[in-house]
Amino acid sequence: MYAQMIKSEATADDPDKLKAFQARIDAGEKIEPKDWMPEGYRKTLIRQIGQHAHSEIVGQLPEGNWITRAPTLERKAILLAKVQDEAGHGLYLYCAAETLGVSRDEMTRMLLDGRMKYSSIFNYPTLTWADMGAVGWLVDGAAIMNQVPLQRTSYGPYARAMIRICKEESFHQRQGFDIMMKMANGTPAQRRMAQDALNRFWYPSLMMFGPSDKDSVHSTQSMRWRIKINTNDELRQKFVDQTVPQAEYLGLTVPDETLAWNEEKGGYDFAEPDWAEFYGVLKGNGPCNTDRIAARQKAWDDGTWVRDGLMAHAAKRKAAKAAAQ
Amino acid sequence: MSDPLFEFLLRQGDNTLILGHRISEWCGIAPAVEEDIALANTALDLIGQTQMWLGLAAEVEGAGRSADDLAFHRDVWDFRNLLLVEQPNGDFGHTIMRQFLFDAFQVPHLTALHNASDDRIAGIAAKSLKEAQYHLERSRETVIALGDGTEESNRRMQAALDRLWPYAGEMFLRDGVDDAMHESGIAADPASLRATWDDTVQTTLGEAMLTIPDSDFAQQGGKSGKRHSEHLGHLLATMQFLPRSYPDARW
Repeated sequence: MYAQMIKSEATADDPDKLKAFQARIDAGEKIEPKDWMPEGYRKTLIRQIGQHAHSEIVGQLPEGNWITRAPTLERKAILLAKVQDEAGHGLYLYCAAETLGVSRDEMTRMLLDGRMKYSSIFNYPTLTWADMGAVGWLVDGAAIMNQVPLQRTSYGPYARAMIRICKEESFHQRQGFDIMMKMANGTPAQRRMAQDALNRFWYPSLMMFGPSDKDSVHSTQSMRWRIKINTNDELRQKFVDQTVPQAEYLGLTVPDETLAWNEEKGGYDFAEPDWAEFYGVLKGNGPCNTDRIAARQKAWDDGTWVRDGLMAHAAKRKAAKAAAQ
Repeated sequence: MSDPLFEFLLRQGDNTLILGHRISEWCGIAPAVEEDIALANTALDLIGQTQMWLGLAAEVEGAGRSADDLAFHRDVWDFRNLLLVEQPNGDFGHTIMRQFLFDAFQVPHLTALHNASDDRIAGIAAKSLKEAQYHLERSRETVIALGDGTEESNRRMQAALDRLWPYAGEMFLRDGVDDAMHESGIAADPASLRATWDDTVQTTLGEAMLTIPDSDFAQQGGKSGKRHSEHLGHLLATMQFLPRSYPDARW
C-alpha cells in the first residue's frame, strides 16, 4: 500500500451528473480519461496515483542502498531487476496520473516541496542485508494486499497500471521471503540480522495501511467512487493473518507480545502501531525523511542539464526534419 | 604468467562486473525515470554477463572457486578490468561517455569472439553481443543528444570526453594473453579492432559536435592488473563487504 491518508476532495458538480457518474461506477463501468468526472474524483485520484508513483521512485533509495553491497552476483542481479521494475511502476503510474491533467514535472515539484507525499515506510532506513529481505517480504507484501483489489478500481488507466504492477510485485515478495529464509536459516549473525529486521519493520509495515477506519475521515467517499476497495483495518488484518504464520515458519518472533489467534473472528489479535510515530513521520519527522527528499532533490537538480539537453536536441531534430520536408 | 585463458576470462568478467557495479551506483538518482530504468537494465545485463564469464573462468581454473569467489574474494591486484570501467561515475555525462567508449569497443570485440574456437566462449559472446549492441545504440544516441543539446550539455560532454580519453587506448593494447588468445583462435588481436572503434567514435562524436582530444596518450595497468587506479579499492571495499565480513554465511 503506497497511498495513505488520501484526502478525498469535496465536489461541487451538477447533482444530476454526479448521480449518473455514480451509477456508472455502481454498474462496474470503467471511467476513462475523456469521460466526464467530478472534480473531487479527479483531484483525489491525482493525489492517490501521484503518491503511489512517488513511493515507487523514492522506494528505490532504501534498496539502492544495498545494490552495491549485495553479497552474491545473483542477489545483485535480482535486486537490480526489482528496482528496475519499481522505476517502471513509477513510470506507468505517472502516465496514469498524467491522463488526469497533471504533468510528471508538476507532480515531482509537488513531491519536492512537500505538497505531495510518498508512503511513510520509505522513511525508515535499511541497515543490514536482512532489510532487503524484510522490505520484500513485509513492505511488498503489504503493498500487494492493497494493490490486488485496486486492479478493479473504477479509473481505467489506474486499474490497468495496477494489473501490470501486481504481476511483478508477487515476484518481489517472493525474493524478499527467500532472502529471509536464507538469513533465518543461516549463521547466528544472519539470524540476528533477520530478527532485527523484523523487529524494525513490523510496525512500520502495519502503518502502511493507514490509521484505523474509525479515525479515517476520507474512506467513505473514496470507497463509493471505487478508488479504495477495502478498509484500512480489513487489509491490515489480512496482512497480519498472512504474515504471522510465515514468521513462524522462519522461526522468527513477531515483536508483539499481545499477538494471539482469535478463534471467534478467525484472525489474529494484534497490537496497533504507535500512531503518534506515524503522524510524526508524515509530518517529516521520520528517521530518513530529510535524506530521502534531499536525495531526490539532488537527483532532480543534477539532472536538469541532462533533461534540458535531451529536450533541446529533440527540438533541433524536429526542426531539421520539418525543414527537410 | 598464469593460464592465459583464465586471465582472458577474468578480463572479460571483470570488465562487466566493475562497469555493472559502477552503473548500479546510479540506482534511484538518475536524471529521469527513463534513465533509472535504462541504467538498471544495463547494469543487470552486465552482471548477468559477469556470471557467465567468471563462471567459465572458475571452471577453467579448476581450483574449486566459484564466480562469486572470484568476484568477492580477490583484491585489487588480482582484478583484470580496464582502467576505463573503474573510473568514478562523475556526472551523468561522464557515465554515459564511459559507457559509449566501452560499448564501441565491446561490440566489435564480442563480434570477433562470437567465432571463437571455444564453443563456451562463442556462446557467451553471442548472448552478450545482443545486449552490447543495444547498449551501444543507446549510449551512442545519448552522447549525440547531449553533445548536440544545450551549450551546457555540450560543455559537460566535452569535459567527460577529455577526462576519459586517456583511458580509451588501453582497450587496444596487446600483451602475451592477447597473443595466446589470438593464436588459439579465440579472440581477435585487440589492435585490429581499433579501426572499427575509431570509425564509430569519430562518426558519433562528430554528430555530437564534440572534439576528439589531440592526444594518443593511454593510461595502462588495468587489464594486466599491474597498476589499477585508486578508485578500484574503494569500489571493492563496498562491493565485497558482506562476503568478507561474514565468510561463513550463505546468502
